[in-house]
Amino acid sequence: MTTAIRRRDLANRTSRLPDTVFRGGSRLIAWAVVALLALIATMLAASSAEAFTHFGVVDFVLGKVWDPVHSVFGALPYIVGTLASSAIALVIATPIAILTAIYLAELAPRRLAQPLTFLIELIAAIPSVVIGLWGVFVLTPLLKGTVETWAVQTLGWIPLFKGPPLGIGLFAAGVILAIMILPTIVTVSREVIVSVPMSQREAMFALGATRWETVTRAVVPYARSGIVGAVILGLGRALGETMAVTMVIGNSSDLPDSIFDQSQTISSKIATTFNEASVGLQTSSLIALGLILLVMTLLLNVVARLLVSRVAGPVAAE
Amino acid sequence: MTATPATGRPAVPPLERSGLDRRCALVDRFFRALCVAASVVCIVPLAAIVLFVVLNGIAALNLDLLTKPPRALGTGGGALSAILGTLQMVALATLIAVPIGLFAGLYVNEFAERRSARAIRFAADVLVGVPSILVGIFVFTFLVLPFRQFNAFAGSVALGVLMIPVIMRTTEEILRLVPGSLREAALALGVPTWRTVISVVIRTAIPGILTGVMLAVARAAGETAPLLFTALGSRLVNAGDFSRPMDALPIFIYVNARQPFPALNQQAWGAAFLLLMFVLTINVLVRARTLGQRAG
Repeated sequence: MTTAIRRRDLANRTSRLPDTVFRGGSRLIAWAVVALLALIATMLAASSAEAFTHFGVVDFVLGKVWDPVHSVFGALPYIVGTLASSAIALVIATPIAILTAIYLAELAPRRLAQPLTFLIELIAAIPSVVIGLWGVFVLTPLLKGTVETWAVQTLGWIPLFKGPPLGIGLFAAGVILAIMILPTIVTVSREVIVSVPMSQREAMFALGATRWETVTRAVVPYARSGIVGAVILGLGRALGETMAVTMVIGNSSDLPDSIFDQSQTISSKIATTFNEASVGLQTSSLIALGLILLVMTLLLNVVARLLVSRVAGPVAAE
Repeated sequence: MTATPATGRPAVPPLERSGLDRRCALVDRFFRALCVAASVVCIVPLAAIVLFVVLNGIAALNLDLLTKPPRALGTGGGALSAILGTLQMVALATLIAVPIGLFAGLYVNEFAERRSARAIRFAADVLVGVPSILVGIFVFTFLVLPFRQFNAFAGSVALGVLMIPVIMRTTEEILRLVPGSLREAALALGVPTWRTVISVVIRTAIPGILTGVMLAVARAAGETAPLLFTALGSRLVNAGDFSRPMDALPIFIYVNARQPFPALNQQAWGAAFLLLMFVLTINVLVRARTLGQRAG
């Protein structure tokens, strides 16, 4: 009996070789994905070292001048452009997205909610460059003629809304980004709201509360951190978005004074000048910009996923 | 105590709405209207983008656009170089990304311990969040700079890097749905693990895996930023030479949208129409199917 078992063990052991190879191979590939991420970060850090040591981290980040002729490079205008355009996008997109998510999760009949969710997710599938094309030829003339002209005329005395309305500029970039991050915020907040336990709502309804009261006092507070996570996830997407923004922001290297000024984001600066840059300090400075962008987006992504998974469990954070 | 003779139940005095009640109802109705309005606002840009791309695109669509390369100077010609380039580079990117994404997802779901599974999944999620232009810089450093030559191979690798985490995550999610009893049945028959995984687990999950691959293909086809420093774009038709620059539809759109010639802008709309139809068709087909499965 024992010998029989041993013999079978032996037979198994020989046939286990392909298993070991298969398992080991797939493990290698899986960890290679992790290594890829590490490699991207390391490579950006290594290539930007020249710029950071030459100017110093603080001086580079706060530098206002980008002058290839005199080899002086500062990141501030692009950091400001990135943050400003994303901020405009958040201000526009957040209320719309959260109300839509509430509608999809709480109010809409199923038959309507499903196709609506589907259509909103479809926005995320449109290539960035196509949205940019639409932005250049349709959206910016429209904004220039309507919202911007009106805002400059009525609110122009506030420095933030100073004219002239050009169409192309920070505001247009913000609107484009708002459109692009809507699906992210809507779908993630919807998942979070759906995962709020039914008992929360039932308790409110039992007290005679209306839908509005139920949503604002029981559902949203419960889902708050998840919704914040959804918004941050949207922000992360807005910061890194390149093509559509490059096409409508005007690509001016000056610090913007008003939301209608032309400006430039980190990614649009890289997109427009990387190929023309002479290898050396200028390329290194561009990659340093990229490293700043990477750090910002990674931090936001990690924070957002933690917040979302706290409410909805790890699945919805995907 | 008054009782209505018809039912025998005590009569309920008619409810009177207090002012507070009415205000609550009003606020509630206003809130519902606001939610509906917000949802409509969400759909408007989608409708507007698709409408304008279709209208302008169809106007720009002609045989030249599909069959002629761009003229070297001035206007005229078509988008043949871009169409062929996108097809080739996306195909190679898929060849690179599918095995890697597939095996990585496989490992995470079938073999990995909980902690390493979490770490790898996390890395993939973060990789999805890395701005695509940075992937362009990354590939530029390794595959363009050493050769002093922009090349289509680098472009394909950049697109592949973007596709890997997408394929990996969908593969992993689909494999999770394969019932454990199938694996157990195969193992009980004495089938080695690797055979079980390949001919039982993966075979069961193939439709789902294909879904993920198709979505990744759609994403890669529309990416511009990672190609700018790798494949660069070209006005020549490049069939099969991956060591040289290659055009792609997104680059073609980007370049032509910036030209001062209305004829070239027209071509950008035509190319945008082709690209959008390709991407939306894949998305609608794939998602409609999964939607149907979820409902069924």
